[in-house]
Amino acid sequence: MRRAPAATRLSLSVLGWIVGGITFFPIFWMAITSVKTEAQAISSTPLLFFRPTFENLANMIDGGDYLHFATNSVIVSFGSTAAALLLGIPAAYAMAYYPTHRTKDLLLWMLSTKMMPSVGVLVPVYLIFRDAGLLDTRIGLVGIYTLANLPIAVWMLYSFFRDVPHEILEAARMDGAGFLQQMLWLLLPLAAPGIAATALLTIILSWNETFWSINLTSSDAAPLTAFIASFSSPEGLFWARLSAASLLAIAPILALGWMTQRQLVRGLTFGAVK
Amino acid sequence: MKAKSIFAGLLGLAVTGTAGHAATTITIATVNNSDMIVMEKLSSQFEAQNPDIRLHWVTLEENVLRQRVTTDIATHSGQLDLITVGIYEVPIWGKLGWLSPFTAIPASYKVDDLLPSIRNALTVDGKLDAVPFYGESSFTIYRTDLLQAKHLTMPENPTWSQIADLAGKISDPAHGVYGICLRGKPGWGENMGTIADIANSFGGRYFDMDWHPLLTSAPWKQAVGFYVKLLKDSGPPGVVSNGYNETLALFASGKCGMWVDATVSASFLNNPATSKVAGKVGYAAAPYATSKVGSHYLWAWTLAVPKTSRKAEAAKRFALWATSPAYIELVARTNGWGAVPPGTRSSTYRNPDYLKAAPYAPAVLAAMQSADPNHPVTQPVPYTGISYVGIPEWQDIGTDIGQQVAAAVSGQMSVDDALKQAQDDTTRAMTQGGYLR
Amino acid sequence: MNAVTMAHAPGAGRGTRRQAQARTARQARLLLTPAVSVLLVWMVVPLALTLWFSFQRYNLLRPAGGFAGFDNYSYLLGGHDLWRSIWNTVLLVGGVLAASIALGTLTAVLLDQPLFGRGILRLLCIAPFFVMPTVSALIWKNLLLNPVTGLFAWLAHLVHLTPVDWFSNVPLLAIGIIVAWQWIPFATLILLTALQSLDQDQMEAAHMDGAGPVARFRYITLPHLARPISIVVMIETIFLLSVFAEILVTTSGGPGSATTNLPYLVYKTALLRYDVGGASAGGIVAVVLANIVAFFLVRSVATSMGPRGLK
Repeated sequence: MRRAPAATRLSLSVLGWIVGGITFFPIFWMAITSVKTEAQAISSTPLLFFRPTFENLANMIDGGDYLHFATNSVIVSFGSTAAALLLGIPAAYAMAYYPTHRTKDLLLWMLSTKMMPSVGVLVPVYLIFRDAGLLDTRIGLVGIYTLANLPIAVWMLYSFFRDVPHEILEAARMDGAGFLQQMLWLLLPLAAPGIAATALLTIILSWNETFWSINLTSSDAAPLTAFIASFSSPEGLFWARLSAASLLAIAPILALGWMTQRQLVRGLTFGAVK
Repeated sequence: MKAKSIFAGLLGLAVTGTAGHAATTITIATVNNSDMIVMEKLSSQFEAQNPDIRLHWVTLEENVLRQRVTTDIATHSGQLDLITVGIYEVPIWGKLGWLSPFTAIPASYKVDDLLPSIRNALTVDGKLDAVPFYGESSFTIYRTDLLQAKHLTMPENPTWSQIADLAGKISDPAHGVYGICLRGKPGWGENMGTIADIANSFGGRYFDMDWHPLLTSAPWKQAVGFYVKLLKDSGPPGVVSNGYNETLALFASGKCGMWVDATVSASFLNNPATSKVAGKVGYAAAPYATSKVGSHYLWAWTLAVPKTSRKAEAAKRFALWATSPAYIELVARTNGWGAVPPGTRSSTYRNPDYLKAAPYAPAVLAAMQSADPNHPVTQPVPYTGISYVGIPEWQDIGTDIGQQVAAAVSGQMSVDDALKQAQDDTTRAMTQGGYLR
Repeated sequence: MNAVTMAHAPGAGRGTRRQAQARTARQARLLLTPAVSVLLVWMVVPLALTLWFSFQRYNLLRPAGGFAGFDNYSYLLGGHDLWRSIWNTVLLVGGVLAASIALGTLTAVLLDQPLFGRGILRLLCIAPFFVMPTVSALIWKNLLLNPVTGLFAWLAHLVHLTPVDWFSNVPLLAIGIIVAWQWIPFATLILLTALQSLDQDQMEAAHMDGAGPVARFRYITLPHLARPISIVVMIETIFLLSVFAEILVTTSGGPGSATTNLPYLVYKTALLRYDVGGASAGGIVAVVLANIVAFFLVRSVATSMGPRGLK
């Protein structure tokens, strides 16, 4: 790879930081607001320099039972992502390498299950959950998120898998590698960034899913979305408190994004093998 | 000796262990308003006095709470043992037999001390279906400093035209001060809370005695026309996305000269920690047009026990504790008299300490005593409720009317067209609901 | 058998080879079974219940019920704001999709360059996607877009302009901005991942042949991005069709019905009244409409999928 000249690199970097700064600004502003008092938060001359108060954040962690909600969020989003990948990888593999004339219909059908508006099926699902004893349980939430994310996961994995050259798998098959070996030793490493992107996506989607988490849990299994819901419009001024709660709610997933982004965009192995 | 004490310790652990096990855990669904936060904090005292009861809190946003609780009760799931409901729901749910009435009320609760208007609204078929946690009405809130600067005075019982006049005089958009702020975000619990009161006092009824909508009648056109013009002349920009909280934020940051809204706002505005205008705020009765009837609303947050709860006895014990005179004294001791839940008991308003901490209290009491949900307008109507119509369809209808009025405010439609649209939609909804043929 | 497998079977024609292929095809179907069957159950059970309820008079607040015929449907379809809401849905989905593909591609290409602090930058650019819709709506509405106390209004005053009254004058655009802010990062993430797999040798060769950056982008990068873009379109469409929290928090569908989209309409006509029958009818209508959209999408997406695309 040729090195770009230093001047080009510098000007591109400046441009990049401007774009990044604008994109991130609302979150930055939210973080700033979370250490303000409510009166400062609504001040019409925006305050950038003020004596920060960590009262809001501290109150959330002590009184808000934050850890309980955060633990549920982690368990539910990771659990459902693992389940969706476990079901989705074999399905996407089969569709990518052994397509039939029905594959397209199958994919479309899977996606169409996503299109049912949740409000329309709330009562049926609530009744099923009640009778199965799944209300306010993590396992119930994991189940529903797995189902909600599976079509997306399959679609994404399918697209990523199709980028892995057939010849490699074909060669392995000639050497007598079975399905499982092909999948485990060739496909997964080759498509790792795609799988990581898929996993990150489903984790984020589960983390932020609001409708089911609020309607199907009450306390034991309630994740961070329920924690946020309790701050989203109480009577009175609440912008600083809401910002603090939001900051805490996105902090873990932001940290995760930070850790995985290297995996996500590490130069794909394909480049080398093509 | 040592062994003995260890044994005693173990025994103690075992005992507390079993006691903890035998305790009934009740799940309480509530909203995150400041009075509820105080209740949640103080509830540890209740748990100490009642070791057989453990409390579990579920805090949600108001609309979500409503939806969550309705689904839970209607499907007989029994996930919730004590719920926070508005005064709008109690009669509707009570008639459906969803609430377990409070029958065995101890004398120390002083049930006769509850404000009659609130108590009546919570009584269904002669039984108290919910106990009030805090109540509110609406009144006029204004900036004394702005009025004084222009040598103006606020009448004790202003009319809407006086308000419009004052608003025009103190409005100074160039310096970021708008004469009057009112709610404008569409919603049955948002802009309609304000618009309904204005319409009532112009003599506008939602429905006649046969449930025919009357939204295109002359009083409605006058009322909405007045509201739209007032906001256009002296209101802030962006009214249509301002609900209660947004308007409170505007007033607290010194952007509004006047505001007609909830009496509980006074406690936020008088607190220097949350308000830039503390000490410069005056209060008067809600404005009226042709009649004072229905010019100010009545609202209360109450605690009720769903029929589906399997722990009704424990839940009621807590509800009675949290709404008792003793609880009010407890809040006064720990958080000061300014923080006690208002608008439920006459005794609160006779208490000299409270009157000292809450200078706006007499205005609040006067508003609450004169608000009668059974007679929201001068002419007879088939419904109860001042800022709402006590039928299940109201949330949908009210939100729709609110959307049309917002269109008139933002200038997308004329007032007449907006009301015509609202009339058509309401007629359709009432037909679907089986009220009209 | 289909073309794809045939093309990759160099010795096609030999019997054993065919048998082996038939066996692998069977095994492949076996791999599909778990995913397909759970989705089938998830799809069929609630859908059947929803279909059943949509023909019932079933209101949570009214015990009396019974068969309703097509009443729930005719009520929903007879409203004046149905067409308006479909149009709003189309505008919102189309606008945000266009914005996220255009800006997402540009951001991804930029982030693919050797920038200083690239790791941090990538995170900054995808971070909005992590924020819950309710929260981002509240933050935008109150702290940024508010025409009196918002930051944008303050900036406008600095340069002596009248602040835009976003939610009164351009309500749908304002909601579109909030939604786009959340979804552009998703496009960036997917496209950036795809750019990393771009064949650098090919780029290098083009560079040697004197192709400028625009030509390289047009003839190498863009074709390479066709498939990831189709992923973005597909997935974002699904989520954009059901945008709801942003509307509830900011405008409640108003002023008038300027920001009422299909999900909000279903919510308003159905859930605010706890009308399970009406909600179910709304659900069915939304499923039908979404499937129509999906059908056309898949058609256009499939053609853009390149040589190995589905036929």
